[in-house]
Amino acid sequence: MTFMGNRINPKKFHKSQIKFYIILVLVAVFMLLPILFIFAHAFKPVNELYAWPPRFFVRRPSLENFRMLFRITSETGIPFSRYLFNSILVSFLGVVLTVFITSLAAYGLSKLKFRGRLLLFEINTLALMFVPVAVGIPRYFIIARLGLIDNIFAHILPVITMPVALFLVKQFIDQIPNELLESAKIDGASEMQIYLKIILPLIRPAIATVGMLAFQMIWNDVATSGTFFDDESLRTLSFFLANLVGQQGPQGQGVAAAGALLMFVPNLVLFIILQSKVINTMAHSGIK
Amino acid sequence: MTRKMNHPAWFLTPYWLLFFIFVVIPVIIAIFLSFTYFNTIQRPEYIGMKNYVELVTMDTVFMQHVLPNTIKFSLIVGPVGYLLSFFLAWILAQIPHRPRTILAVILYSPSMTIGVAMQVMWTVIFSGDVNGYLNSLLMNLNIIQQPIQFLQSPQYLMTIMIIVSLWSSMGVGFLAMLAGVLNIDPVLYEAAYVDGLQNRAQEIWYITIPQMKPQMLFGAVMAVVNTFQAGAIGVQLSGSNPTPQYAGQLILNHIEDFGFIRYMMGYASAVSVILLLLVYAISKVTQKLLRDREAEA
Repeated sequence: MTFMGNRINPKKFHKSQIKFYIILVLVAVFMLLPILFIFAHAFKPVNELYAWPPRFFVRRPSLENFRMLFRITSETGIPFSRYLFNSILVSFLGVVLTVFITSLAAYGLSKLKFRGRLLLFEINTLALMFVPVAVGIPRYFIIARLGLIDNIFAHILPVITMPVALFLVKQFIDQIPNELLESAKIDGASEMQIYLKIILPLIRPAIATVGMLAFQMIWNDVATSGTFFDDESLRTLSFFLANLVGQQGPQGQGVAAAGALLMFVPNLVLFIILQSKVINTMAHSGIK
Repeated sequence: MTRKMNHPAWFLTPYWLLFFIFVVIPVIIAIFLSFTYFNTIQRPEYIGMKNYVELVTMDTVFMQHVLPNTIKFSLIVGPVGYLLSFFLAWILAQIPHRPRTILAVILYSPSMTIGVAMQVMWTVIFSGDVNGYLNSLLMNLNIIQQPIQFLQSPQYLMTIMIIVSLWSSMGVGFLAMLAGVLNIDPVLYEAAYVDGLQNRAQEIWYITIPQMKPQMLFGAVMAVVNTFQAGAIGVQLSGSNPTPQYAGQLILNHIEDFGFIRYMMGYASAVSVILLLLVYAISKVTQKLLRDREAEA
């Protein structure tokens, strides 16, 4: 067989690609089914939720489940909107802080010269293998000792040091040529000014990626609400929905599906908007 | 104000301070507590290696169920998920940009769902009575005559856990590999065919994999970590900890069982330390295997 032109990343359709499409579509259908199921289930009125035989797709879509979900208040009288507000606030603050501390540290590790630089990067690469859930108990004691129980920052501070994020941004900054920074230094710029004026604009794809990963993690997080908060009014939507399961009587399933959909859609939209930047960043993600 | 900020500390302090407080110290505390008896009410009492000795010699649930389950679960979900993300990434790279983007979004999307929110969906799909979607489908197709108690019977629970985990395993590692395949310089392929490359299998083996080795290593670490993070899945599916007859009990559930249900924090910490060591060891072995293959090729 001889080489027939560039087949990786082809520009247009060719019949030799059909076999790949068949595999991909089959896998995609399998992946998509449970997600379609949430969509369909969320819009089913109560008589369809319990129809027999069960039907996958909804026939008469209704917003009943969503209306019900928005009306629910938890046993302690906290309305749905409060949980939603907490989630939005915590996710927003968390994403901003993650992007900020990660890109600062990544610039330091990538371009500044100081002793222990390689060691810190090694430690971070090691921490890629860290499983946070394994230290839930010690983290609780630390949060308690710091007086952060029932403080909104207990949702944020324990989770925003993401070794993966630092790793990705550092690798991305490594690609920026040193000459660019040297000439700025000759013009009298400080390291911080270089970071703010040259680095930040250049690493936008990496920032978008890290921001998205941080959002997914914080938005989806259930553990902080459960362990670090006694005050129900400071817990987040994910925790509220997790505890909703099976509590809402006959319409429970539909309401839970509506909740699951509500949690999923922001993640999906964000990824669709940012996907090309994410792929661009991942190209530099390798462990050498 | 920013004119004089040149010292590395300006850049490193925020991240590494938080890293120290919420990663390093917790690990140290976990190691310390693992040598104590601690019920959260009295002060921790030093008992040496007793927790570890008991874990190996007396904890029959751990040795007979938790450890074998964890090994089985991770040996399947880890490598299969990893290979699957490589092959799907490779296949995606063979089709044009637009359809590739749409399919990549679909494949990645399950990894964005959260376990607890999906819990109720799985319960409905796998429900044990005739109203369960899977039971209803299988009965309509005459594959089974009686509904199966999928989530409550030990023989099916593990299989379903594995399928659900694989379903959501196309995450960051998968994206990294996709980027890796797409980034290989096409000139390399041309040159290799001139040098006598015969087919696509050789192409993958001699060009694609070596060229994207860094992403392969990154993907491997992500696969191992995600596999062990997915530990809550059995409890979510069956709705109880411990899972029915411990069929879906993984290390994480064991930690929660002892830490937050029985309040034996010292013992739970010992299990946590074992978990961290296990993830570390497996990641290292995986990387070594991949690097050795590299040396041969």
